Amino acid sequence: MTAGVSVQAVSRRYGAAAVLEDVSLEIAAGEFVVLLGPSGCGKTTLLNMIGGFDEPTAGQILIGGRNMAGIPPKDRPTTTVFQDYALFPHMTLADNVAFGLRMRGVARVERLARAAEMLALVGLDGRGERRPHELSGGQRQRVALARALAVEPDVLLLDEPLGALDLKLRRQMQDELKAIQRRVGTTFVHVTHDQEEAMAIADRIVVMNAGRIEDEGPPKRVYLRPKSLFTAGFMGEVNRISLATTRLFPQLGATGVLCLRPESVVEGGALRIGPCRIADVAFFGTHVRAHVVPEAAPDLRLVVHLPQGSDVTEGQVMDLGARDFVVLEA
Amino acid sequence: MKALSWLYLALAYAFILLPVGVLVVFSFQDGRLPVPPFQGATLKWYGQVLADRDLTAALLNSAMVAVVSSAVALVLGFLAAHGLARVRLPGSVLMRGVLIAPMTVSYLIIALGLLNQFNQMGLRPSLWATGVGHVVINLPLCFAILYAAMGDHQKSAERAARDLGASEWRVLTLVSAPMLAAPMAAAFFLSVTFSWDEFIIAFLLTRFDVTLPVEIWSLLKSGLSPKTNAVGSLVFLVSVTAVLALELFVFRGKK
Repeated sequence: MTAGVSVQAVSRRYGAAAVLEDVSLEIAAGEFVVLLGPSGCGKTTLLNMIGGFDEPTAGQILIGGRNMAGIPPKDRPTTTVFQDYALFPHMTLADNVAFGLRMRGVARVERLARAAEMLALVGLDGRGERRPHELSGGQRQRVALARALAVEPDVLLLDEPLGALDLKLRRQMQDELKAIQRRVGTTFVHVTHDQEEAMAIADRIVVMNAGRIEDEGPPKRVYLRPKSLFTAGFMGEVNRISLATTRLFPQLGATGVLCLRPESVVEGGALRIGPCRIADVAFFGTHVRAHVVPEAAPDLRLVVHLPQGSDVTEGQVMDLGARDFVVLEA
Repeated sequence: MKALSWLYLALAYAFILLPVGVLVVFSFQDGRLPVPPFQGATLKWYGQVLADRDLTAALLNSAMVAVVSSAVALVLGFLAAHGLARVRLPGSVLMRGVLIAPMTVSYLIIALGLLNQFNQMGLRPSLWATGVGHVVINLPLCFAILYAAMGDHQKSAERAARDLGASEWRVLTLVSAPMLAAPMAAAFFLSVTFSWDEFIIAFLLTRFDVTLPVEIWSLLKSGLSPKTNAVGSLVFLVSVTAVLALELFVFRGKK
């Protein structure tokens, strides 16, 4: 089962403070959407409103075409995977996973069989008799995922589900999340502040800031051609060059901000920067990171990521250009 | 220094336990008075206690009042704690204060108040009236223990249960209460021991059927006897068993 979500001109105010301001978003059935933004941007509030834990002060939310106004979480076709897992410590894993089915009146034998299936789906087959405290953080998160998916929700909401895991485990769980989403076909709405995580799993990234949607689109587009300076900066490191103060790129006009990703500055890129002197250089494993100063504009200092094999030294001069770039309004 | 601290420890324990120890020892007194010298051991007083219909009836009454009133206090205390911990209400600090207030009032005052109130309502003193009194004294205790035990951990589990389709009633019975099993057991056993020992309320609010402390009191009126010591020892045994059970099954399991 899967359904689309339609967020229509939703605002949420707490007293005078607006947490969300006139947010509209269409999520297609079966899509994996990531709400990405810094803490306090309203992404979790939006997720809570889709799940029914909070109600909009204006606008409406439709799931599968049905208006959700006033419908409590238990009656919505959504389930949530919480950051703190929120497993039931007094129940076995099988009973945890079968809880939602129990609430729906499914007979014990049937729901335990289903729980075993779901545990197998998340790679915990045969451990149904264990209890949550016997598991590691990553395993608990898998159980929480199995529990939320067991009731076959139309929309699965994930509230920073990988936030409490260490980096290595987080990367591994991202791959699994994506694979599981492909298998079950449920609409996933995932909240995170980690842009790498967002790019790794999303069909579409929705970048949020200060209660508004800044940008939305496939990861590649949002990363390479961001629509705002905030998005450009939030998605990764970026060199910002004000076109009003430099004469380096007369073909781009005299207004706006040129954004260059460090790795898109290469030897012989299409947008010519010209000879640049290397100010300092450091080896970062996957790439060589350097600060360079264009000889035609000595007041600029650009961060560039050169290929791992580059043999460069301080003071050396390289002829550089940009492969991808975008000019944004300041 | 070390010897001194051991001595201090021994003295402290002696101070606490000597009266009980004396009581238990002289319950085996083979003589008419539970006073030194010890004249040899016998179990005949225990035999008399168990053969005494009034005493055994009082024992059962006490057990019943203790268990029923503690169960009621536990349920009410749990619901109050859950409500006040989860929902932001105007004046919730005041409500918490009022709930805990009976703890600071002497049992005598509570008993007198209840006696007046019951008289006005036309209710005769009875075990039920005593049970109500014990709920009054144990409810604040249960509330305080359970309120302190409710944390964010429970809160998010409850949220997850609602998200998975549980009604409020099932959230309470399947998630909130079982997650608090240990503090609930602690509150229940403490309430049972308080109710079991309680004298003033039971004395003022019972008439024909009485609880054990009241029965012991009437035995004492006819003078000291090893028989009262034997009753006391039995009461002590029950309390100790309850506390030990609490330690073994509840607190130990937590660690």
